Amino acid sequence: MGAATVVGVFFLFWILWATFRLGIPGMHWSLFTKDTPPPGTDGYGLRNAFVGSLMLLGMTLLIGVPIGLMAGTWLAEYGFKSRTANTVRFINDIMLSAPSIEIGLFAYAIIVAPMGHFSGLAGSVALAVLMIPIIVRTTDEMLSLVGNDMREAAVALGAPNSSVITKVTWRAARAGILTGILIGLARISGETAPLLFTALNNQYFSTNVFRPIANIPMVIFQFALSPYTNWQQMAWAAACITVLFVFILSVLARLLVGGVQVQK
Amino acid sequence: MNGSDTAVRIDIGSAPADPKAPSRSWRLSGDFLFHAAAVVATLLAAGALFATVAAITADSWLSIKTFGVWHFITSSAWNPVTQTFGAFPFIIGTLVSSTIAMILAVPVSFGTAVFISEIAPYWMRRPIAGAVELLAAIPSIVYGLWGLIVFAPIFAQVEPWISNTFGAIPGIGLLFQGPPMGIGMLTAGIVLAVMILPYISSIMRDVFLAVPSSLRESAYALGSTPWEVAWNIMLPYTRSAVIGGMFLGLGRALGETMAVTFVIGNSNMISSSLLMPGATIPSVLANEFTEATTPLYISSLIYLGLILIAVTLVVRLLAVLLIRRLGSREGASI
Repeated sequence: MGAATVVGVFFLFWILWATFRLGIPGMHWSLFTKDTPPPGTDGYGLRNAFVGSLMLLGMTLLIGVPIGLMAGTWLAEYGFKSRTANTVRFINDIMLSAPSIEIGLFAYAIIVAPMGHFSGLAGSVALAVLMIPIIVRTTDEMLSLVGNDMREAAVALGAPNSSVITKVTWRAARAGILTGILIGLARISGETAPLLFTALNNQYFSTNVFRPIANIPMVIFQFALSPYTNWQQMAWAAACITVLFVFILSVLARLLVGGVQVQK
Repeated sequence: MNGSDTAVRIDIGSAPADPKAPSRSWRLSGDFLFHAAAVVATLLAAGALFATVAAITADSWLSIKTFGVWHFITSSAWNPVTQTFGAFPFIIGTLVSSTIAMILAVPVSFGTAVFISEIAPYWMRRPIAGAVELLAAIPSIVYGLWGLIVFAPIFAQVEPWISNTFGAIPGIGLLFQGPPMGIGMLTAGIVLAVMILPYISSIMRDVFLAVPSSLRESAYALGSTPWEVAWNIMLPYTRSAVIGGMFLGLGRALGETMAVTFVIGNSNMISSSLLMPGATIPSVLANEFTEATTPLYISSLIYLGLILIAVTLVVRLLAVLLIRRLGSREGASI
């Protein structure tokens, strides 16, 4: 059984080592200052992809965090252990493991098809649908951990329920809620399948989210399978950066949770 | 309490009216708006599941009407030129790659979970558990890149040995014939196995740690080895959650797109050998969707997606049911 563990850890280190070995030589400052080069030329840049990805992440947060936070709040502060609430939790758990390509098809059906063209907005909606179940679950759990004495003190002072939640409970659980958001971000970074038929890709610099927009995962997909060495080099560098980004998010999330006080 | 004449009464209702203070009805409606917003958000979050199924069914309706259900599932024709489409090769490809992944991943996950919960010294447990969870954090496109550019060439060196040793066995030898390209169904299965390993392993580890120590210690006291304790005591106790964890991994393997697209070789034919290329539903969606020209083509691709959703929905439903059952029955917190 020790051998089984060695197998798992071996693959982890192999993948990480290969990613850094092949990605770090490709890192140059021009990745952030120049746009993606046309095929066959000598250019070297990914600026439009980084900007596009950041815009997608920003819009995903705008859509996903309010919905996830309020739904988690409903579960913990209004639904408690009722049958409705437990049914919602059950559905949420099913959505947690939804295949990302299924969500991409959904976003295609409700946004791309009616709009008639691909757009970054559709990509953000798909990513938000992937992120929401994580935020709902962590918010629900973290809010449930907050001790009742603080809520009762607030109510005793005459605060309305909404103020109790926003000014007391959310504030007490903010580290845990933030952790959920970070974990959600880590989950959707590097997700390519939802963007395949929603945000597509864009070889030029663009900040228009109502049209196809460049993004890192799609650029990696396109460049890795191409015959051009500078494109392949950029694909590895971008993959390396994505892995670093996800790891930093995970470490941050773990540090935050370490500081959460569990109150009884 | 002695009888005191001066009773202190805190009378909120009759406080002197302060024109600047918000009136009570405003406070009530603020509450109402917040509650309403929370309900709307919950409806959106939960409704996404049904909306997904409904929207995808609606968009695949054209193809359902044209090809029907049974014919589409059993037909091997996939011809954009003649506009005939059939799902059979992709369904088989999806099932075969996921089966290989499960066969490889479940024993390794089990061994890892037992090692972490039973055998490893305490100081080793958190780092190893963390390392296994890190496997889940790696984005799937990095798995695809690694699989195609790093793993496949090395595996292509191993494949001649596989086809020579296993290919010579009559019967299952058919599974191992073929040119050593490095990519193909077996490679896809191996990459998928590494991807689903952390999911199955962490659920198994969580439930193994929840087994009451009295059970385990009495088994050790009777002279059991760690293997016997794991196989005969912990596994039966956590059986439904373990199976649920396996279903979770299976659901993940069925729907995985990017890693599979890179290494499966993208051939729309079914071949008897695992060393040959194939295609899965997610891989054909990834490859052909943006090039689909006619509405029937697009609708057929979405129809493929619908089949995938139907299968993964059942798998995920079972997974959640089984994992929760252990929690409610035994009182463990999962």
